[in-house]
Amino acid sequence: MATISMIRWLALGAALALAAPAVQAQQAPIKLGELNSYSKWAAFTVPYRNGWQMALDEINAKGGVLGRKLEIVSRDDGATTGDATRVADELVTREGVSLLFGSFLSNVGVAMADYANQKKIVYVAAEPLTDAITMAQGNRYTFRIRPNNFMQVGMLVEQAKASGAKRWAIVAPNYEYGQSAAEVFKRLIKERVPGAEIVAEQYPALGKIEAGATVSALEQARPDGIFNVLFGPDLTQFVREGNTRGLFEDATVLSLLTGEPEWLLPLKDEVPEGWTVTGYPWDQITEPKHKAFVEAYRAKFNETPRLGSLLGYMTVYMIRDAIERAGSVETEALIKALEDAKFDTIIGPVTMRGIDHQSTMGAWVGKLVQQGATGGMTDWTYKDGASFMPSEAEVKAVRKE
Amino acid sequence: MEPSFLVIQSLNGLASASSLFITACGLTLVFGVTRIVNFAHGSLYMIGAYTAATLVPWLLQFYFGPVTFWAGILASALVVGLIGVVLEIVLLRRIYAAPELFQLLATFGVVLVVQDLVVQIFGPQDILGPRAPGLRAPVEILGRRFPSYELVLIAAGPIVLGLVWLLLRKTRFGVLVRAATQDREMVASLGVNQAVLFTGTLFLGAFLAGLGGALQIPRVAANTGMDLSVIAESFVVTVVGGMGSVPGAFLAALIIGQLQAFGILIFPKSTLVVVFLLMAVVLAIRPYGLFGRPEVVGGTHAVGIVSRKPRSSDMAVAVIVLALLACLPLVADAYLLKVATEILIFALFAFSLQLLIGVGGIVSFGHAAFFGLGAYGAALGIRWLSAPMEAALPLGLLLAAVGAALIGAFVVRLSGIYLAMMTLAAAQILYAVAFQWVEVTGGDNGIVGVWPAEWASGQTRYYLLTLGLTASAVLVLRRVIDAPFGYALRAARDSEPRAEAIGLNIRRHRWLAFILSGAAAGLAGGIYAFSRGSVDPSLLGIPTSVDALTMLLLGGIQTVTGPLVGAGVLHALRDQIMPLTSLWRLFLGLSIIAIVLIFPRGLVGTVGHWREARS
Repeated sequence: MATISMIRWLALGAALALAAPAVQAQQAPIKLGELNSYSKWAAFTVPYRNGWQMALDEINAKGGVLGRKLEIVSRDDGATTGDATRVADELVTREGVSLLFGSFLSNVGVAMADYANQKKIVYVAAEPLTDAITMAQGNRYTFRIRPNNFMQVGMLVEQAKASGAKRWAIVAPNYEYGQSAAEVFKRLIKERVPGAEIVAEQYPALGKIEAGATVSALEQARPDGIFNVLFGPDLTQFVREGNTRGLFEDATVLSLLTGEPEWLLPLKDEVPEGWTVTGYPWDQITEPKHKAFVEAYRAKFNETPRLGSLLGYMTVYMIRDAIERAGSVETEALIKALEDAKFDTIIGPVTMRGIDHQSTMGAWVGKLVQQGATGGMTDWTYKDGASFMPSEAEVKAVRKE
Repeated sequence: MEPSFLVIQSLNGLASASSLFITACGLTLVFGVTRIVNFAHGSLYMIGAYTAATLVPWLLQFYFGPVTFWAGILASALVVGLIGVVLEIVLLRRIYAAPELFQLLATFGVVLVVQDLVVQIFGPQDILGPRAPGLRAPVEILGRRFPSYELVLIAAGPIVLGLVWLLLRKTRFGVLVRAATQDREMVASLGVNQAVLFTGTLFLGAFLAGLGGALQIPRVAANTGMDLSVIAESFVVTVVGGMGSVPGAFLAALIIGQLQAFGILIFPKSTLVVVFLLMAVVLAIRPYGLFGRPEVVGGTHAVGIVSRKPRSSDMAVAVIVLALLACLPLVADAYLLKVATEILIFALFAFSLQLLIGVGGIVSFGHAAFFGLGAYGAALGIRWLSAPMEAALPLGLLLAAVGAALIGAFVVRLSGIYLAMMTLAAAQILYAVAFQWVEVTGGDNGIVGVWPAEWASGQTRYYLLTLGLTASAVLVLRRVIDAPFGYALRAARDSEPRAEAIGLNIRRHRWLAFILSGAAAGLAGGIYAFSRGSVDPSLLGIPTSVDALTMLLLGGIQTVTGPLVGAGVLHALRDQIMPLTSLWRLFLGLSIIAIVLIFPRGLVGTVGHWREARS
């Protein structure tokens, strides 16, 4: 991980260089605690770190917030629940951070939400997607930015209606995120597509898929629709086996997150064309603010942005706005500033809904297509999250407060 | 189920079996000759996969064709073979005569080092290799498509078996390998050059590991977790087949491949358990595997604490240390107290292991099983029975003790390396249960919301509670070690035949030691769960077991207070160094190797040795 510590040192150097001339009327910086699975899920989290680093540099170049610089203390969360809460405790008690944000896996997100509730500190779950974080396990200290499973699956199921597929098979990683997505899918497909049934379900352990056996077990059920929740190395192996064995040929495939560059690029020239996915067609989004972000990112890191980059960038700006509006970093003031707050982000306006602390950030839904040596999205539209959120009644029914 | 589906599924199983056999065959050969269970075998497999996944696409740029592809695979395996040679010369050669525990730990140190080096060299991304040129199109079998590469893999297993058989039967090297597998001392006394024989075997073993890894690249992305997952499966194969037996490994790989392929249909969520359960059943019926032979173990290999008269000053020192620890909250901040709490917990965990290893000579490589059971017992009590902390902690202890009684009943029949493997398997079964029985244990999610009761919450109060519980447990164990029961365990450790001759029931004593030690580890696990607020399967994983062993080793296996000191030093170091570097595992691995090679007495042992030497 030479590059990472290199980046860290460079960042430190840059921070020192920038800070040196401005040592007038110094106030201590505002410390934010950040934790993520940098070693286990580098494909997503390293671009994510680049994103927040870029936002941080921009904010501090303009003088920080409330007249103080922002400082982000970042740690690896080890991708397990125990390590994450341990690291969070270190950030809170030793580093004295004002709030926490980050984490990647949904199970870690749930544990962090529980930790935030126990220790009464604000936690902004940027990426974890399970509904639990804002529904059954939700609490007043935890906020989420990405559209959750209920919202993203809702967007996909809308697309499924037209396909006419009735016999659905599910394949999902066997942990919080996969279980939650599969559960929502089962519910929504039965509610919204009359006559739909689930004919096969496969839940390989995360990162341990036996792709050949899984594909032939699905094939056995002869589904005409497949709902996929796999990502990362599991997805790559599943797609390769599925392509070889013709699993996808006559089936409608709905797939969560597969259009995001972090998961799409490793597929190289084996992109399963025609899959309906949620993703991030970064090169085709024409909004000027987003274009400026892409250009700045490419110039800074000599790399194309991933969804993680966008998320890291947005998250830090939203936190900045919240601190500015709260006028302090007191937990209660921050909660008040976050609830029902409207943010002007580079992908448009986003609201943090007060009742469940779920933001209205949306997702891009489209079809996969091979573009030369890599994959991309086509026929896509941006779906605003606001129209796919669970109803207030549903939220009230499951949240324990 | 249609017959064509069954055929395809069993072909899937055969393909996995073939790749597993190629890797496990190397492990079993190395064990046969050197008597070392090489944990780093999985790392060699991983290096093979990474090398091939980088090398083959590079070669294919120059000339795209099957020849290039297969040449790249062989070249990668050769590279790994050479790494094996280096490993033998630098490390293994120095530990052939060391106790098994040291061998296992040293090779595990290599695992840690390689994990960080691989990330440094190949980057953190998973790398999926290219498909084999000419084998991209599937084959139609009974109306179903089947990847043609898998057919090649299915053939590769028997081909490797044939070649290894020829090598062992028809060459002088093979004769020597077989001779050494049967009786190493005899081969040595006949004047065979051991250095060349051992280095050659390591080359062969590493080559096979590398080949196994390289062959995977078109179907599995090279990733940083593949070392531990393949080593666990390879252990099962070698143990089930009988350690050192190549045909045994082949048969075992076939059984396991089919079990996994059909297991996914019957128990789609418990594929991991099935494999380890097979191992436990085989070991329970045939303690030396299908084709294995009983191991000749002398008492010479056991290391442990010596018998000595308790000094009267010991009690005074213990009281002073306790008093100082109790005063810690007066000066320490919340974070320091948190670290101190964790150190106390690990100290109890390591101390409980000392009863087995140092006193009983029972090298348990799966002590995490009991730590994890204690933690899960407490967490399950909270989640399912809504028990308060006061009831959940004893529940965890009870679950760990029951678990230890069950596992111990199987384990005490074994000895040496088979015992270590059986305890490892037991821990892995529990890990798999915790990981895959999602409805009860929460699977990968673990169980959250395990917070202490109101009166014990807050860093200071929880620290004092932990201090009270761990100190009492350590004192009880200490008493047991100095009691006649402890002496009986030591007698059995040093000489089984003599201990039996004077009428000691060795198995029952060892079984009781297992229960005691398991219960103490379970208590530590329960306290740990409440200090973190959650439990997850990693508490039952191999790294947790190795943690305890490392603490023991660092403090000194031949001393009573060693594990306590070791726990303190290791955890304090980890807390200081881990946030600073991403190379913590490299550092830890090198330290373990250094301790084994340079100062096997450990910290406390070395200090004691100096003191004795001076007086």
